[in-house]
Amino acid sequence: MPVTSLDRFLLGQFQRQLKLAFSRPGEILNPIWFFMMVVALFPLGLGPRPEQLAPLAPGILWVVALLSQLTVSHRLFASDYEDGSLEQLVLSDHPLALSALAQVLAHWVVSGVTLALLSPLFAVVLALPSEAITTLVASLLIGTLGLSLIGAIGAALTVGIRRGALLLSLLIIPLYVPVLIFGTSAVVEASRGDDGSAWLALMGAWAIASLILAPPAISAGLKISLDA
Amino acid sequence: MSLPLLNAQDVTVSRGARRILEGLNLNVGEGELWQLVGGNGIGKTSLMRVLAGVTRLGVEGDIGLRETPLFLGHASAIKPLLSAYDNLRWHPSGAVQADRGAVSAALSAVGLEHCGESPVGQLSAGQQRRVALARLWLTQSKLWLLDEPFTAIDVSGARLLEAQLQAHVAGGGSVVFSSHQPNQFSTELRVFDLSEYACD
Repeated sequence: MPVTSLDRFLLGQFQRQLKLAFSRPGEILNPIWFFMMVVALFPLGLGPRPEQLAPLAPGILWVVALLSQLTVSHRLFASDYEDGSLEQLVLSDHPLALSALAQVLAHWVVSGVTLALLSPLFAVVLALPSEAITTLVASLLIGTLGLSLIGAIGAALTVGIRRGALLLSLLIIPLYVPVLIFGTSAVVEASRGDDGSAWLALMGAWAIASLILAPPAISAGLKISLDA
Repeated sequence: MSLPLLNAQDVTVSRGARRILEGLNLNVGEGELWQLVGGNGIGKTSLMRVLAGVTRLGVEGDIGLRETPLFLGHASAIKPLLSAYDNLRWHPSGAVQADRGAVSAALSAVGLEHCGESPVGQLSAGQQRRVALARLWLTQSKLWLLDEPFTAIDVSGARLLEAQLQAHVAGGGSVVFSSHQPNQFSTELRVFDLSEYACD
């Protein structure tokens, strides 16, 4: 007879991940620092003229966002693997796919949502036209959800491997490509003054597909990693 | 006669290509206290993980569990950054009570009533072990699989743990634990020697 119901357990799992993230603020700030530093390099390398930077800004912002997500995703399950929490999740009466999903959503809130909300600051550095900023934030919000879920599949598969970060990049960068294309296209359209919402809708569809398909894959990956 | 809590029949455990345990039979009924013994590296931890169902790779034979057991491994699933309260209120096995009153009762049972709020990482290794063992005061699982529960705890902690294991067994539950220390149990202790099943 389970004492904790599934929804309360998942809520607890989500809150626990948020608490853990906020007890180590460096882990939240690092990808944002990375994003900021790399974005700041482009005006230095390409020259500060807005007419030169503006056409490149959507691509630069999206590639850097993608890389900053990549740098954090390999740690997603690492501490749970090391301290035995993962064993407990596997043994639980609650499905691993759902508890892993709660964990990934918390990770997305901490890494993706903060990045999306801060992105207008970086867009200004790259002289992105102001009418594209809403689309940039929206595309990053939707896009990072998909990136977190896809990254979590790779993280689950490589969690038991020492120096798995490089392998993780090889595994998941190809899967990141659709998001990059959709995201950049949406922001490019918006910066031309057109409507980028068709691209956003595509990204949304992709994010929903990941939301449905990724959890069973994450769960399978974690079980394989524990078996090894 | 009720079903056994744990029924392992003709189990073979391999690590990579090498067989480590072979032809193992273990039947744990209600109210039984089992100790796994055997030297370092014989496969106690591997067997514990297999019995609990964490891993099934390289395992042959049948393992039947009547319900989800409580498993405490070497890695005790305690987050050093979180407080003892937060650690104990999270337990993925549904059979652990998670309300605040139960958690504080469990913490005082293991002698940590004053350490509930500070991050567990600031406690000593023995106190951290006690936080992990406090789950034994919270769980409703009938079968406990404990891998080296006596590691890092002091004499009074060991007596406390022995008393809790006996109380659980007296209440119809069962315990399988591994240990190198001599223990003082007043109830019958069944010893399961892994060296009989070791292959080399």
